[in-house]
Amino acid sequence: MASKKRFAVPFIIWIIAGTVIPLASIAYYGFSSRSGGFTFANIMAMFQHDHMQALGLSLLLAVISTVICLILAFPMAMILRESKWGKQGFLIFVIILPMWMNFLLRTMAWQVLLERQGVINAVITAMGLPRQELMNTPGAIVLGMVYDFLPFMILPIYNTVSKIDNHLIEAAYDLGASKAMTYAKVIIPLSVPGIVSGITMVFIPALTTFVISNMLGGGKINLIGNIIEQEFTVNSNWYLGSGLSLVMMVFIIASMLLLQKFDKTGGQNLI
Amino acid sequence: MKKTLGNIYIVIIMLFLYLPILTLIALSFNEAKSMSVWTGFSLRWYEELFGSKLMMSAIANTFSIAILAALIATVVGTMAVLGMAAMKPRHENMLMAFNNIPMLNADIVTGIALMLFFLMIHWPRGYMSILFAHTTFCIPYVILSVKPRLNMNTDRLFEAALDLGASEKYAFRKIVIPELKPGIMTGFLLSFTMSVDDFIITYFTRGAGINTISTLIYSQVKVGIRPSMFALSTIIFLVALVVLIIVNVRQKREDMLLAAGA
Repeated sequence: MASKKRFAVPFIIWIIAGTVIPLASIAYYGFSSRSGGFTFANIMAMFQHDHMQALGLSLLLAVISTVICLILAFPMAMILRESKWGKQGFLIFVIILPMWMNFLLRTMAWQVLLERQGVINAVITAMGLPRQELMNTPGAIVLGMVYDFLPFMILPIYNTVSKIDNHLIEAAYDLGASKAMTYAKVIIPLSVPGIVSGITMVFIPALTTFVISNMLGGGKINLIGNIIEQEFTVNSNWYLGSGLSLVMMVFIIASMLLLQKFDKTGGQNLI
Repeated sequence: MKKTLGNIYIVIIMLFLYLPILTLIALSFNEAKSMSVWTGFSLRWYEELFGSKLMMSAIANTFSIAILAALIATVVGTMAVLGMAAMKPRHENMLMAFNNIPMLNADIVTGIALMLFFLMIHWPRGYMSILFAHTTFCIPYVILSVKPRLNMNTDRLFEAALDLGASEKYAFRKIVIPELKPGIMTGFLLSFTMSVDDFIITYFTRGAGINTISTLIYSQVKVGIRPSMFALSTIIFLVALVVLIIVNVRQKREDMLLAAGA
């Protein structure tokens, strides 16, 4: 045997120190009060009005951005599948390239475009129209999310649709299926694994972001990520921050379990 | 007709993906600080970028952390793959489940969890804490890249080498490592990319006096973006472009060689 169990020792130590103990400490702080006793107060704090509002808005914006990404990405993946460029990898290359730029810089680009004195408003006023308030709106945040996460939806879907056997599609047509029927019964069911991992890779970062909402929402729109971040960095209330994080994790796990129901391959296409 | 529609769609998506980046590149050469008025070509923002100690140290931190984290993660991860192969499937599956946690979890939770851990054990937050955190989220990528390369065949070749009189060390170096090499390379590159691109986990695990490119951008966003940031974006974009072209060309050459060999 080339392998020996003891080779895994550094890894096991790293799992314990880097994953198990840190996650356990979130649970510990989440269920503790400042004075040290056990409490549910930090968890129940999620039901406070502004926390509920932030959570609701986060879920709403994350769902909207995920749906927009899916609607934009699926046709793109199908075009890539059929295009000559797609086979040569050129288009894939073009989609990957923006991912290699720091995502803060990409978000900053939209700040520059949307700002009151920014590029889009310069174009609008040059056309003789009044300035628009584009920044600091939920729309700007959705735009930022779609822009940042779109490649993460296109690539997994492309990975699965590019592997669909052409014979299956031809067979559907030969058997008299219409185009819509072929999509509904053959192409979409076969691309479910890619769609599922695409949704996971867009929905979870969108649900938990605090960066995009801070940069494009001007600190005026609070998502659940912003509330948690502020508890740690501004208010130094780790107990409340941990409690809210635990509730957020419930939503992450729930969305994953829900998505896994659709994907029979068990998340093999994650990367 | 269908083709034209497809091409139009591609162009729209490309414009959406690239217009913001191209705007930043154009503004990085704009003489004025304005974000909407073009006053003339200038390289002053590049001078400001390279003259800034803060920027230069952030760039150095980003890349040194990325290289070290990727190296450590590659060694620990590759060893883990070899170690897990000798385990009972039940134990292996359990370790793999833990391995997937940092990959599936939201970055903000991973960041907060590590921050609490450092606070609890009184580990001062700075360069080393960022390095530890980055290595933690890089290891899963290495394991997922290397694991598929280790299969029955590797074991058989290893045994064969031993039967033919190779020492264990020699067989390991000549058989196992070359078999795993493509996975190890992928794991290293993925780790490096993830580390360079990370903001959220760095944000929670860094100390007050240390910055990476990401955290520096974030702190500047709050006080107002300087065009030297656009210059930085331009440079990063060009570097990414060149690296990806090189990787693509090499890939194509390999594919052609493979096709010629077959």
